[in-house]
Amino acid sequence: MRTTYLLSEISRDSKVFGGKATALKRLQEAGLRLPATLCISTEAYKQFVSGSSMQEKIQLELHRKKFSDMRWEEIWDAALRIRNLFLRQDLPEKLAREIGWAVEEHFSENPVVVRSSAPEEDAAATSFAGLHESFVNIRSTGPILEHVKLVWASLWSDRALLYRQELDLDFARSSMAVVVQELISGEVSGITFSINPADASEGVVEAVYGLNQGLVDGEVEPDRWVFHRKEETIKEHYTPRREKFMAPRGDDVILTGLPENKSLQPPLSPKEAAAIYRKAKQIENVFSKPQDVEWTRLGSDLFILQSRPVTARQDGDKDDKRGWYLSLQRSEDNLKKLRLKIEQVHLPAMKSEAAELAATDLETLPDKELAGELEHRQQVKEKWTAVYWEDFIPFAHGMRLFGKFYNDTVSPADPFEFVELLSNVPLLSKNRNKALRKIGAYVQQHPDLQQAIAAGGGSNITDVEFTRQMKEFISLYGDPFCGTYSDRTCDASRSELLNVIVQMARSSTTQEESRIGQETDKADLEAAFFARFTEGAKRARAESLLDLARASYRLRDDDNIVLGRVEEQFFRALQEGRRRLQENHVEGAADLDDSEVIRSLVDRNYKPGSKKQKKTPSGQDNRYMKARQLLGQPAGPGIGRGRARVIDSAKDLALFKKGEVLVCDAVDPNMTFVVPLAAGVVERRGGMLIHGAIIAREYGIACVTGVPDAAALIHTGDEVTVDGYLGIVTVGQKDSAVAL
Amino acid sequence: MSIKGWYSPAAVPAIFVVNKMTNREQLQREIAELLLSQKLGVLATQSSEGSAYASLIAFAATDDLQKIVFATPKATRKFANIKHNPKVSLLIDDRSNNEKDFHDAQAITVMGVVDRIDDDASQSELASLYLSKHPYLEDFLRSPSTAFIIISVRSYYLVSRFQEVMELHIRDANDIPAL
Repeated sequence: MRTTYLLSEISRDSKVFGGKATALKRLQEAGLRLPATLCISTEAYKQFVSGSSMQEKIQLELHRKKFSDMRWEEIWDAALRIRNLFLRQDLPEKLAREIGWAVEEHFSENPVVVRSSAPEEDAAATSFAGLHESFVNIRSTGPILEHVKLVWASLWSDRALLYRQELDLDFARSSMAVVVQELISGEVSGITFSINPADASEGVVEAVYGLNQGLVDGEVEPDRWVFHRKEETIKEHYTPRREKFMAPRGDDVILTGLPENKSLQPPLSPKEAAAIYRKAKQIENVFSKPQDVEWTRLGSDLFILQSRPVTARQDGDKDDKRGWYLSLQRSEDNLKKLRLKIEQVHLPAMKSEAAELAATDLETLPDKELAGELEHRQQVKEKWTAVYWEDFIPFAHGMRLFGKFYNDTVSPADPFEFVELLSNVPLLSKNRNKALRKIGAYVQQHPDLQQAIAAGGGSNITDVEFTRQMKEFISLYGDPFCGTYSDRTCDASRSELLNVIVQMARSSTTQEESRIGQETDKADLEAAFFARFTEGAKRARAESLLDLARASYRLRDDDNIVLGRVEEQFFRALQEGRRRLQENHVEGAADLDDSEVIRSLVDRNYKPGSKKQKKTPSGQDNRYMKARQLLGQPAGPGIGRGRARVIDSAKDLALFKKGEVLVCDAVDPNMTFVVPLAAGVVERRGGMLIHGAIIAREYGIACVTGVPDAAALIHTGDEVTVDGYLGIVTVGQKDSAVAL
Repeated sequence: MSIKGWYSPAAVPAIFVVNKMTNREQLQREIAELLLSQKLGVLATQSSEGSAYASLIAFAATDDLQKIVFATPKATRKFANIKHNPKVSLLIDDRSNNEKDFHDAQAITVMGVVDRIDDDASQSELASLYLSKHPYLEDFLRSPSTAFIIISVRSYYLVSRFQEVMELHIRDANDIPAL
């Protein structure tokens, strides 16, 4: 069946050619000027995915767990795997020939734009605007075919997946058509809304110099004319600081500084803006619906690039975090700025604030001042938690940006191969673990010290050197046991830290050493990656992206550790408050939350309400039920086997023995020091690039993340096998005691 | 605790958020639905020489999932095998022999013991259950040469999503009386 057509040859069937192509078809019939356009039907997509079993590979990827159970990190991971499947699968020969010939005949070596044209796109209710990908300035058959595949893959992009469910789009029937258009190097480009989505009495023209890629991506701020919709006259003109414009260069599109004469002059005169607005109204009449029109102007010719119905903005309710999630997809420029902010402003400020708080002697404060201090620390903690969401989490996108770039360049068999290149400097977690090991080695050499620790730790240790080492450690890294779980006091948990130290001293360092041998592999991988860039500018871009990704990888660890130190100071104050209330015989003081503690400290007569019952999992229902094989994500390659230790409180962490499998809800930054002791790591929270997975990979420990209910279905003491290659956790080994 | 994922409300530690699949009733329902939807299953028995032997059978299961029944001519290998060793296994699945089975199909492995063989099945409730599911087998069931086999189920292993396995244990092995 034929797949590739000229625009003039296609039908108006959007199921076959997609929303974008059929809209262009109607514009052409209405006599509007369009760039030369080829349409590749959904039939081509179908031939590609069915001929190569891709359909089932995609489905397997998306059915590892209930879609509603997937966190956004997991959706991103799944999308990356699917994208890689598309990259590595060749087009069927016949299909490649058909599309190739048409492309060759109509565009030869001229640059084109490869755009998505999804069948769902034209439905007014489903605004897919920007969810699928378009690629600008692609030249010659080979690269065009590659980008057709990438447009197909964007049907399964994280952004698209996030919105599919709500739009009730069936996974199995999803398909994608593609539009290949001649690239018009317009001098001025823009977007016109025949109706302003925010005010129905208005229309809007936005215009920038150069290509409108910069406008669409939000990199270039446009001149904006608001029109009276009915009268088609200008109501207001908003002038931005015109600094940059997008232009094709080589086989890329780059942001370039605007010459001064242009930066002072709007890209359109009022008369031209009005003419362009009238054009959008004319297009609205073609479709009998308000339109959002993308255009570009070259000389005196106005080209219409695409048109689609204006949809109401989908802000969603306030619990809908997808808007926030989509905002995580930052540009390289934006991430670079964010990096400076985090490295030079946030982290130093956080560290010094934690140190400042630590300097206050809580025990000497009068009750009322302690209450004030607790309130202050609560605010400090909240402030940094907000920064964490606002800046730290978005910065993690640096890894993802590089990952996509690496896969586009290399198409590796393992879509997460790029992670190998990310660690080139020690993470704070690893430094901290090394420091713990050093203290452990000291303890190992002093049997009397070991006895003192075994006898109950903390207070009765008199060894001066040991005390000095511990003090130094805590001033550098904080006490990992303090602040993690509020049910223990920091001093009581000291002995638990000591137990872990003793464990670490006994554990061999071979695992860590074996990783050093792998450093050479990493160097080879890096060299092979850079060898693919012959041109200086491209290599520079690759280097800059890798550098950004490494900072992103490192900071995902460091920020957690530093935030942990701020939290620790809050918990210290909380515990001091609880201690005093306990001394005053306040009932249930040990379980009071911060607001109750503050109130009780300020008002001696206040009787705090009885504490709500702690929720506990009920074991009864599970009496006959047992998990045998649980599915998650293969986040750290390797196979580990051992008894499970389910981490629910600090006590569980302190009991952790070398060779056990760490099972938890999420590897807390304050938990990572037991990771080197673990035979494997299982986490409910999912993702390949989350903190726990990063640490497990650093130590070469098998890790499976994203196992729903891991901590409820696996019990401490269960024999567990962690398959970090396939992402499977097997519980109970009695009936399959085969060596792996 | 540190920053939690999106889907866990801050007030409740996610460890305690038990989703539906951890609920035994849910698992039981999924197993019951699959057993109801399928007419045929594969029975595994063991011969006196110790070889494994698989055969296709028409089965029915009780609502409480305690029993699975089927009928077989007495002159068959499977019947001889059961006489020799009453421990059996069954595979019941909803595959459609399409690619989509890999993400979509479910399979149940049943472990059990044959605890009764009825020569005359005409009066039993279990026989009515069997015939309501397989009305076309009435003559077959009433034949003097047919044995009606009742399996006491020990456990079900439900496999879904290609690799996810959940076990439902109906009763302790010690509860099953000898044949």
